[in-house]
Amino acid sequence: MLKEILYYTWGAVVSFVLAFSVGITYMGLNRKVTARVQNRIGPPWYQNFLDVIKLGSKKTAIHHGVMHHLGPAFLMVSSVMSLLIIPILNNGRFYPNLNFHGDLIFLLYIMTFGPLGMALGAGQTGNPNSAIGVTRGLAQMAGFEIPWVMALVALMIQYKTTSIVDLMNIQAETGRWLMFSSPFAFIAAIMAMFGMFRYSPFDIVGAPSELASGPMSENGGKYLFTMMSSGSVFAFAKLTLYTDLFLGGADNLLVLVLKTFVLYMIPVLYGVVNPRYRTEQAVRWFWGWPSFFGLLAILQASFF
Amino acid sequence: MINDKESQKIVDIIQNFARKHSLWVLAYGTGCGAIEIPPTMTSRYDAERLGVRGAATPRQADVLLITGYLTTKTLKRVIRVYEQMQDPKYVIGFGSCTINGGMYFDSYNTIKALDRYLPVDVYINGCMPRPEAVLKGFAKLQELIQAGKADGSKKYKENLEWYRANQKEVIPVWRMPEFNW
Repeated sequence: MLKEILYYTWGAVVSFVLAFSVGITYMGLNRKVTARVQNRIGPPWYQNFLDVIKLGSKKTAIHHGVMHHLGPAFLMVSSVMSLLIIPILNNGRFYPNLNFHGDLIFLLYIMTFGPLGMALGAGQTGNPNSAIGVTRGLAQMAGFEIPWVMALVALMIQYKTTSIVDLMNIQAETGRWLMFSSPFAFIAAIMAMFGMFRYSPFDIVGAPSELASGPMSENGGKYLFTMMSSGSVFAFAKLTLYTDLFLGGADNLLVLVLKTFVLYMIPVLYGVVNPRYRTEQAVRWFWGWPSFFGLLAILQASFF
Repeated sequence: MINDKESQKIVDIIQNFARKHSLWVLAYGTGCGAIEIPPTMTSRYDAERLGVRGAATPRQADVLLITGYLTTKTLKRVIRVYEQMQDPKYVIGFGSCTINGGMYFDSYNTIKALDRYLPVDVYINGCMPRPEAVLKGFAKLQELIQAGKADGSKKYKENLEWYRANQKEVIPVWRMPEFNW
């Protein structure tokens, strides 16, 4: 019993370290790609590691109350919980995580938990930029959650399961990725991913020159350190979820990194050539074609 | 084992290396010097390859870049911004105006030497300093950080009374929250 608990804990630690380092590296590569598109040399790929170490070694950190203190912690909890539920490799080849039947529905809830906690924390800072950022973030969430939920519901209807592991097993048995057997759901989910990653044109929450980075404007030092680490862990968790659901999972870590990197480049490359949307434009965008494809996916799942 | 001097030295080297290569700049565009920042950041001179990057708010920033002259009115805001930044923090005085007043040497309304009001780590001379000079200034700041000599904030804490007296001399209406770290 104790051995099992220790094994699970060790697996969680290893998954966290993996997700952290891969996510941070991806964010550094994002900066490099953006720089190359803008005809700059750009920072080295490990730049974000240095940023994180620097933020973590800041000597002071001011907070404006208990809720503000807890906001980044909520973000971290949400990221780590989603990471622990999402299976990293096929057939449990990596350390086992805590997945169970119905974890897809649980995941829908827990993925919105972090931003909501952060919104509470940002509210207590009293900074008007934070408040505007929070309202924008919630509006955007109302936008992209609709195609995202539609895509997942389509998968649940089509394969009559709410377990991520079952969906992975179906792909392994039939040998067809869900990307091809339910293409509309894939398109809707990818379009919702633009909103989840909040790169431009959907960077309306943390717009640096417009809102002074929005909800995180009062967070410096170790708070920003927690938020950056949780962001990188969450990015890796989301990309792994997409790989598991639509790209047939991965048999080893190399394939996983390759597939997640290809997926990650979609919002990044779409973002570097686009300016920023206004809030209502972003919401209208998500309720337009992405929701239409989500509806098509549900129709396909129900009738074909 | 963790708190002895030798391991603290190793931790310091790692931390200083990270601090040196990740400078988030709050460009306080007071005077004309702010116009030299966009070319420094964009593709021709590309300061981001050195880890220099703009920060959105004082809470997130490491370097306060004071570009040009400071009137007594803006000095108050700059002091407020500087005290909101988190330790360790550095100040770069940019242009002649921050050193001796520059072309405003006989103005009644601008401060002449920034060092009397805020602890400056690096000065960049010139009117205007070109982007090359700005990058040289950042390189100098990086050298100081690596050597552990960029301790302006420590100086500010230790000599707070002196700085406060100087600041209150030029700012007649002092309605500001007290400095709390």
